[in-house]
Amino acid sequence: MASAFEYAPAPESRSIVDIAPSYGLFIDGEFTDAADGKVFKTVSPSSEEVLSEIAQAGEADVDRAVKAARKAFEKWSALPGSERAKYLFRIARIIQERSRELAVLETLDNGKPIKETRDADLPLVAAHFFYYAGWADKLDHAGYGANPRPLGVAGQVIPWNFPLLMLAWKIAPALATGNTVVLKPAETTPLSALFFADICRQAGLPKGVVNILPGYGDAGAALVAHPDVNKVAFTGSTAVGKQIARTVAGTRKKVTLELGGKGANIVFDDAPIDQAVEGIVNGIFFNQGQVCCAGSRLLVQESIQDELLDSLKRRLSTLRLGDPLDKNTDIGAINSEEQLSRITSLVERGEAEGAERWSPACDLPESGYWFAPTLFTNVTQAHTVARDEIFGPVLSVLTFRTPDEAVAKANNTPYGLSAGIWTEKGSRILAVANKLRAGVVWSNTFNKFDPTSPFGGYKESGFGREGGRHGLEAYLDV
Amino acid sequence: MSERLTVLKTYKLYVGGKFPRSESGRVYEVTDSKGNWLANAPLSSRKDARDAVVAARRAVGGWSGATAYNRGQVLYRVAEMLEGRRAQFVHEVADAEGLSKSKAADQVDAAIDRWVWYAGWTDKIAQVVGGGNPVAGPFFNLSSPEPTGVVAVLAPQESSFLGLVSVVAPVIATGNTAVVVASEKAPLPALSLAEVLATSDVPGGVVNILSGRTAEIAAPLAAHQDVNAIDLAGADEVLAKELEIAAADNLKRVLRPQPVDDWSAAPGTDRMTAFLETKTVWHPTGSLGASGSSY
Repeated sequence: MASAFEYAPAPESRSIVDIAPSYGLFIDGEFTDAADGKVFKTVSPSSEEVLSEIAQAGEADVDRAVKAARKAFEKWSALPGSERAKYLFRIARIIQERSRELAVLETLDNGKPIKETRDADLPLVAAHFFYYAGWADKLDHAGYGANPRPLGVAGQVIPWNFPLLMLAWKIAPALATGNTVVLKPAETTPLSALFFADICRQAGLPKGVVNILPGYGDAGAALVAHPDVNKVAFTGSTAVGKQIARTVAGTRKKVTLELGGKGANIVFDDAPIDQAVEGIVNGIFFNQGQVCCAGSRLLVQESIQDELLDSLKRRLSTLRLGDPLDKNTDIGAINSEEQLSRITSLVERGEAEGAERWSPACDLPESGYWFAPTLFTNVTQAHTVARDEIFGPVLSVLTFRTPDEAVAKANNTPYGLSAGIWTEKGSRILAVANKLRAGVVWSNTFNKFDPTSPFGGYKESGFGREGGRHGLEAYLDV
Repeated sequence: MSERLTVLKTYKLYVGGKFPRSESGRVYEVTDSKGNWLANAPLSSRKDARDAVVAARRAVGGWSGATAYNRGQVLYRVAEMLEGRRAQFVHEVADAEGLSKSKAADQVDAAIDRWVWYAGWTDKIAQVVGGGNPVAGPFFNLSSPEPTGVVAVLAPQESSFLGLVSVVAPVIATGNTAVVVASEKAPLPALSLAEVLATSDVPGGVVNILSGRTAEIAAPLAAHQDVNAIDLAGADEVLAKELEIAAADNLKRVLRPQPVDDWSAAPGTDRMTAFLETKTVWHPTGSLGASGSSY
């Protein structure tokens, strides 16, 4: 569809971010080389430009960081909650002050649109620190009995899709409850965590309370297995989550897992179509669909299928894909070459299995990792694209006739993280929400997050909740 | 005149509200603490375990869908029935655990009181662990606890009745259904509890009770793809680790064995919350006020 108006480029300046040519590991308040001297490069997914060279943590570094965290734990956990609260409030404030810088940095390193880092990620990151800051001196009132104790050293492994937000989800409750932290960011997006180390320095956080170890899966595995880690928190794939569950078996380590999903977005025939279309787009194309709670399965009532799909396709034709730093960009780059090839192969499989593929006319940039927004129709529940998590901008469309059928299809997955319901009928929302096996259900909206609201999965989407009062439990000896 | 010969009971499994023998046809000898023969208990097989899971799954919809008030009534009914059979359980617990009559009576009384305690929790737990969240935006959301589904429960080995009740009641109070593996050495109080459950309006399949070798029955339960959670109370350290690894296959919720010195101590809510999910449901509130319009 030809658009009436072309948009002039509106690039955000990257001059606000000063990326050093190299970074070390952040252990015991100092940046340091890896014990074995290994380094890796982090690239910008939209241009393949090398942004920086990063020290790569190995087993010896994990051990060093855990020792630092253990040493820091004694004093940190003994601080009055009101003092820990003030450190967290300081961090929250500094994040607000530096939020433009961090948004640009995150967009450069991750490939997601500046619109999202600026308007979604960073405000939520600050909000999480503010929220948990306020809990630090109120733990007696959290419902876990008087004087609940921290667990000790928390080993945290986070993914690349929301690098700084996942850091906030993990570090804010851990520190508020008096734990110390060793965090491993993903190998493709280590930069914002290293900038966060600098924020800890500015906030005057005691040495060793937060340690950051950029690295690969081996470093994450070593951290999870380290005998002196008391708490394991992981966000990532279900396959790795299962491996972690096996690793911690027979130990006293407390573990929370936020894993994959195959969220159903259910649209009933009385839904407001325009709002539903926005919700569907937001559900699967936000962050290029690289979202564990993405609404990757659209379940549409058969009677409105044509109308809805026409609207949806029209809307997709208006999405702008390209430079993530452009403030007009809706769809940025796929995070890595590896992820792009995974998406590509799953989509090819979808075609081979007979589903019908559609994308709007869309020019992809020459360099970088890109994937056009994609729809699959004629999808059955047996199709790979209806079963496997694609983690990309790919929506599978299925149909249903009755609410019972919608619920049965929505629940027909080993995952249970998110779901959406679109209908004007309140009783139907409540009845369907009640039957869905998912940790978060958005009705007449999608992909909404808030630090006060527990988030986490049923079934193979993992266990434990992050956010809200519930998020404290994971870090307390209760 | 010769003394009257007593009528012995054939102890059976409890699966789907019925009392089958083990499909394997096997039994094992159960003795009291002095080694005297008490009964032949069914030696459950892997197939019995799988059958019990099928029954438990079938019961999830009705039991979790019942009102909390109704579940409370049913649990209280169990306590009523237990009270009526108090003497029987005192006798069985005394035999099973080698306790004096008065010590056994303490155990049974505590167990009955525990049923009553959990009966009162059914319609309160949601208010205690759920609630509305103050979202920063024009949205309303509610977090509510929901049962995780089918829970495999390995009952404690030593406390044949109070321990058993302490692990079973919290699982079903919150709307889960249970496949219970009774204490291996002292299964008879558990098998008799089944008779109480069967006459207490507890729908068939909500609690299923198996006796036999804990390790043998627990293995297929921990590996079962249609079991949502497992309570490892009755497993020793080595078995617990093995089962926890197997449970990772479908990311079952695992309650690791916690050392319990005194089952009569106040239990707290942990055994309920361990098998609850939290669901957060969002909805826009609109912003009529903000735009200047009125209701």
